[in-house]
Amino acid sequence: MLELLATRYAYVVFIVLLSVGLYMVIASQNLVKKVIGVNLFQTAIFLFFVAAAYVEGGSAPVVPKDPAGPTGLLVSPLPHVIVLTAIVVGVALTAVGLALIIRIYTEYGTLREDVLREVRADD
Amino acid sequence: MIEGVPALLVVVPILAATLPLFLGVRYDRAGWSIGALTTTALFALALWLAVGVYTGGTVIHQLGGFPRPIGIELVADRLSALVVVLVAGISAGVLAYTRRGGPRGNSFYSAYLLLVGGLLGLSLTGDVFNMFVFLEITGLTTYALIAKGNSGESAVAALKYLIIGTVGASLYLIGVGFLFLATGTLNMIDLATAIPAAEGGYANPLVLAAFAFVFVGFAIKVALFPLHTWQPDAYQRAPDGVTPMISALVSTVSAYALFRLLYTVFTVEFLVATPYVTEIVVAFGSVSVLAGTTLAVIQTEIKRTLAYSSVSQFGLVVLAYGLANETALIGAIVHLLGHAIMKGGLFLAFGVVAAKTGARTVDEYAGLADRAPVAAGTFAVLGLALVGVPPSIGFVGKWFIAVGAVEAGIWPVAGVVFLSTMLTLAYVARLLEKMYFTPSPARGAYTPESPLATDGGGDDTADPAPNAVSAGMLGVAVLAALLAVALGFAGGVFQSMLGPFVEVVLNG
Repeated sequence: MLELLATRYAYVVFIVLLSVGLYMVIASQNLVKKVIGVNLFQTAIFLFFVAAAYVEGGSAPVVPKDPAGPTGLLVSPLPHVIVLTAIVVGVALTAVGLALIIRIYTEYGTLREDVLREVRADD
Repeated sequence: MIEGVPALLVVVPILAATLPLFLGVRYDRAGWSIGALTTTALFALALWLAVGVYTGGTVIHQLGGFPRPIGIELVADRLSALVVVLVAGISAGVLAYTRRGGPRGNSFYSAYLLLVGGLLGLSLTGDVFNMFVFLEITGLTTYALIAKGNSGESAVAALKYLIIGTVGASLYLIGVGFLFLATGTLNMIDLATAIPAAEGGYANPLVLAAFAFVFVGFAIKVALFPLHTWQPDAYQRAPDGVTPMISALVSTVSAYALFRLLYTVFTVEFLVATPYVTEIVVAFGSVSVLAGTTLAVIQTEIKRTLAYSSVSQFGLVVLAYGLANETALIGAIVHLLGHAIMKGGLFLAFGVVAAKTGARTVDEYAGLADRAPVAAGTFAVLGLALVGVPPSIGFVGKWFIAVGAVEAGIWPVAGVVFLSTMLTLAYVARLLEKMYFTPSPARGAYTPESPLATDGGGDDTADPAPNAVSAGMLGVAVLAALLAVALGFAGGVFQSMLGPFVEVVLNG
């Protein structure tokens, strides 16, 4: 167990962040905090990809113009590209989510889910 | 020549999506015309692609000319060509409704075209990570379109969908990550051979975990029973012009993508070799079928009834995926396409009725046949098709699935199909009884809540009746009903079209 924590700590952090994010989405009554929870959930996944792509002693995959080909260990750029794309998607989602929350606030005057439920039930 | 078509199908709508906003600065009503032109062109391209695929075999477009392990592919085979035709056709048809009846403004048409681009990309992509990107494009535009509704309720429904949908897509991304770690590739065709070649083969824990994440992620997007909670709110609160589009296409294309992942990426060998996978998929689907129809029966709002009915219909499709034999898979595909036409048509007819009479609940549908005979007739035909009364596309799909269940030797599943048909009949018959046999309440009780604002379709000040229904709105609903019946005669055609494809999928 200790060895796992010492050598695979990035994956352990991934699981912890994922769980915390999911818990915030489910348990928090505040809509903004729910969106923060979604962000945390996605950040955990970014960490997972970055940790998986880390190579001890690897260099950036920029191949010099060398007829002999690249020397030494290169890192696969694919997971990093995936993370970059996923970050862009996450930013767009956060923007849309916050815009919806502003609309909900102007309409109902609250950010709390339980209050919102009561207000909507009264209508 | 035809190799370029898949790329055009994805790029054209996404580029065209910028035009309504840009041209909208100069011309107020540019949106609808641009949308109609683009989707019509896409429909023509989709037909061309489908003809090419069915005569000349699979069309593969390598983006940038890079070959498979390095580059990204767009693939059009027999199944994706059909889905592309469906997406392009329905998106062009729904525009005929939105000209008069739907949400307005250039921003709506921008989001609409972006949604079409996302759906077409999702249908054509041959790469599991690109599938995530297109899934999110589809999701984001759907959230925005749902929030186009007038009340704050639509914003609440959209936010709920946003949070649940994002978690679903993120779970799928984790699954993709596991697959990449296990195999080192993201291309679907490469994955099919790389998964058994990976360390431990199909029993590799990474592969098993990847399957679990991918399946649960898509179960959220497809709205299977315990994960369906976003769907009724989203369908009910979306504007009447948007619901047909999202009900007909968004979940359908997600279910198609699930098929791709189950049978192209994980392959039928994985499903058979891994204990309990097919059982879990069938059980998941069966529970969805029964819970969805039961919940549909007890609703009073018609939009909610139809939304819960979607839960059960997609349960039927996923159940057929789990049966994993040729008849059931043909049934799943036919039911997927048929459900899109039927449910889209039902929501269109609902929108026509709501615009004309304001009726939105089962009780308000009393005597509808007198007030709106054509719309009521359309509703009745499509409702009966949804039950599975022959000849209709709904019957063909259910028939293949039930026969597939018997062939697989799982009798209780055929019972589930039968029971769900009876329950579907329960809520459809209740509507029919209201529409045709309950006397209409006092006339003239309804006044539209707000006179409809202007749209892209001409000068509304000259229009004496603000709640009038245009010919396009009614026409596209009637067209859906006619298609649902006409395709009911095409069972043999579907079998000969999809048979070879499914055989390859099953036997490699």
